[in-house]
Amino acid sequence: MFKYLKQLTSLVAMVAVLFTFTTETMAAKKSKTLKNTQKKGFVRCGVSQGLPGFSNADAAGNWTGIDVDVCRAVAAAVLGDANKVKFTPLSAKERFTALTSGEIDILSRNTTWTLSRDADIGLTFVGVNFYDGQGFMVRKSSGITSTSQFKDGISACTNIGTTTELNMRDFFNSKGISYEPVAFEKADEVVAAYDAGRCDTYTTDKSGLAAQRTKMSNPDDHIVLPETVSKEPLGPVVRQGDSVWEDIVRWSLNAMIEAEEYGITSANADSMKTSDNPAVKRLVGAEGELGAAFGLDNEWSLRIIKQVGNYGESYKRNIADTGILPDRGPNELWTKGGILYVPPAR
Amino acid sequence: MDLKIQKIIPQLITVLVVVLVFGFFTYNAQINMENRGIDFGYGFLSQESSFDVQFSLIEYDGSHSYFRAYLVGLLNTILVSVIGIIIATILGVIVGVARLSPNYLINQFAAFYVEFFRNIPLLLQIFFWYFAALRALPLPQDADAMLGVFFLTIKGLYVPAFIWENLNVFLYSIIAAIIAIVVIRIHARKVQETQGKQLPVFWISVGLIFILPLLSFLIGGVSLSFEIPKLKQLATTSFKYEGGISLPPELIALTLSLALYTATFIAECVRAGIQGVGKGQKEAAASIGLNPNQVLKLVVMPQALRIIIPPTTNQYLNLTKNSSLAAAIAYPDLVLVFAGTALMQTGKAIEIVSITMLTYLSLSISISILMNWYNKKIAIKEK
Repeated sequence: MFKYLKQLTSLVAMVAVLFTFTTETMAAKKSKTLKNTQKKGFVRCGVSQGLPGFSNADAAGNWTGIDVDVCRAVAAAVLGDANKVKFTPLSAKERFTALTSGEIDILSRNTTWTLSRDADIGLTFVGVNFYDGQGFMVRKSSGITSTSQFKDGISACTNIGTTTELNMRDFFNSKGISYEPVAFEKADEVVAAYDAGRCDTYTTDKSGLAAQRTKMSNPDDHIVLPETVSKEPLGPVVRQGDSVWEDIVRWSLNAMIEAEEYGITSANADSMKTSDNPAVKRLVGAEGELGAAFGLDNEWSLRIIKQVGNYGESYKRNIADTGILPDRGPNELWTKGGILYVPPAR
Repeated sequence: MDLKIQKIIPQLITVLVVVLVFGFFTYNAQINMENRGIDFGYGFLSQESSFDVQFSLIEYDGSHSYFRAYLVGLLNTILVSVIGIIIATILGVIVGVARLSPNYLINQFAAFYVEFFRNIPLLLQIFFWYFAALRALPLPQDADAMLGVFFLTIKGLYVPAFIWENLNVFLYSIIAAIIAIVVIRIHARKVQETQGKQLPVFWISVGLIFILPLLSFLIGGVSLSFEIPKLKQLATTSFKYEGGISLPPELIALTLSLALYTATFIAECVRAGIQGVGKGQKEAAASIGLNPNQVLKLVVMPQALRIIIPPTTNQYLNLTKNSSLAAAIAYPDLVLVFAGTALMQTGKAIEIVSITMLTYLSLSISISILMNWYNKKIAIKEK
């Protein structure tokens, strides 16, 4: 009889544990994600498996890129240290499940903002950190200089689980060209297959093409065609249902962009505290009580600017200086002819 | 305490735990999905998929439904599994027998093959056959024709397409030949049982299966011509073949690696089966005057098969399940098309993963049932 008593007690204990978990999930506080992040001491960030300029790890395992900088900015704001980030490399296919299942808290992985993703699958896009569009890469020797030279039967390598797969169909259908889609799970395999000659063209976001070109065995043998066939606004994503966390990530990105607009850099941020411009003073935490709205202190944005830099610094460091896309194009501030325009931090 | 109750309590507890754990997960998933505003439902299956697939056995493009995309993936999985199983079985039997060969060179070569291929992870082998072999293959414009009509290129294997006239007459002739062979075999068995005479059944069968279809060509109005693949220029250095049938390199690499890998295990099953038949059986068979061919066919093989079939069934199941590694090299199987692209485009993770799991489960169970039926058929029938 004792034997069964033991089994019974362990069962009761197990059930009790299960129910504690359940009640905890039900009693979701205002920002559970913020609370958990502060408790853990690091921000859990989903990135790509290696896309130079956006999120790429060096041999020592240090992540760099403008997508990485978004997570670092959040870590600086929330935890006070931009290095307190745990990066999880994800394939295009895995990324949304990783976010909705709670494995990561921010997905910053060159992800296109679309209606169905935003509304349908439990995600919320918080902003755009790179305006992109889909393009095509071909071998120079093919003599193709424009997508209008594509012919029936062309084979196109791409990633699965991307908007690229859908845009490609729209594009080829509208031109009435039959094509062979060859879709891989990982970007490295797409590049390897295209590089080997399996496909006539490689299609993805133009920034991705420019970045992947640097990985080819002979980058100069390939060109990116001038046409852009889609709108691809890329930005960080969070889980639906935690609006405070959503605001923190959104305004961490916005703070970087607005800092550039007001000329606040990692170098001069501290001295800007005495600026005459109230907007500048608010951004460096010398005026107003902005942080309180998310349950943070007032220097959250100052830390972002000091530790990560403004958007322009991040772009220059990761994308321009690495030779991926020296020209900022649409990703220039609205005051300088681009379309980067963020609501005011006040 | 009553022995009966003692027996029942642990079972009740087990059932309770299973129900509670399952219920907890379902409940938790429901709450979490509700919190995040995710709907649950299978309605998406009838929506337009709006993505294309590289290789499909049925007519499909992005204007078809997600359900159709599911069928495309399923058929591609079945295709690669069936071809893989056939090649793996043939190769496995040959290698298994070769390992028992008295010829030193042959048995050592077979042993080397088995040890080499079964000890390298399958995913690595798939990558090897895809990326290494892919780089070694010529571009379409540089490919030499094999036998004048086959072209093996980096973009796939191009083979001539058959163009039939009166195909049905040809098929009828084959069916007729098969029926005739069955009838003759039954008759031959009766003759052997009643008169002890053996008829040359094998040669009659071979003759029938050739002569009847041949007749259909000569007098049945059947004709066959070939459409040979032709090189087509897409751009200055970009070519492909048109016409004929094209097999994508992804299919070839996947089938090849699955078959080579699984054949090693089947070879070991075959070796074990043959070695499991007692030596005395062969000697006894020889002593009653059977020739070596008959010993193998009538005495050794029937007993060996009983040992071979059950573990080989496992290998068939493994091969089918391993085919899901296709996603790594862009072969559009069930996992890539449905649990990959379709899942991403719809975000219906729970629904799609559950359908995919059920599908693999049904595939595996079907193979099991088929093989168990065969196993029963060849099992010892006690009289």
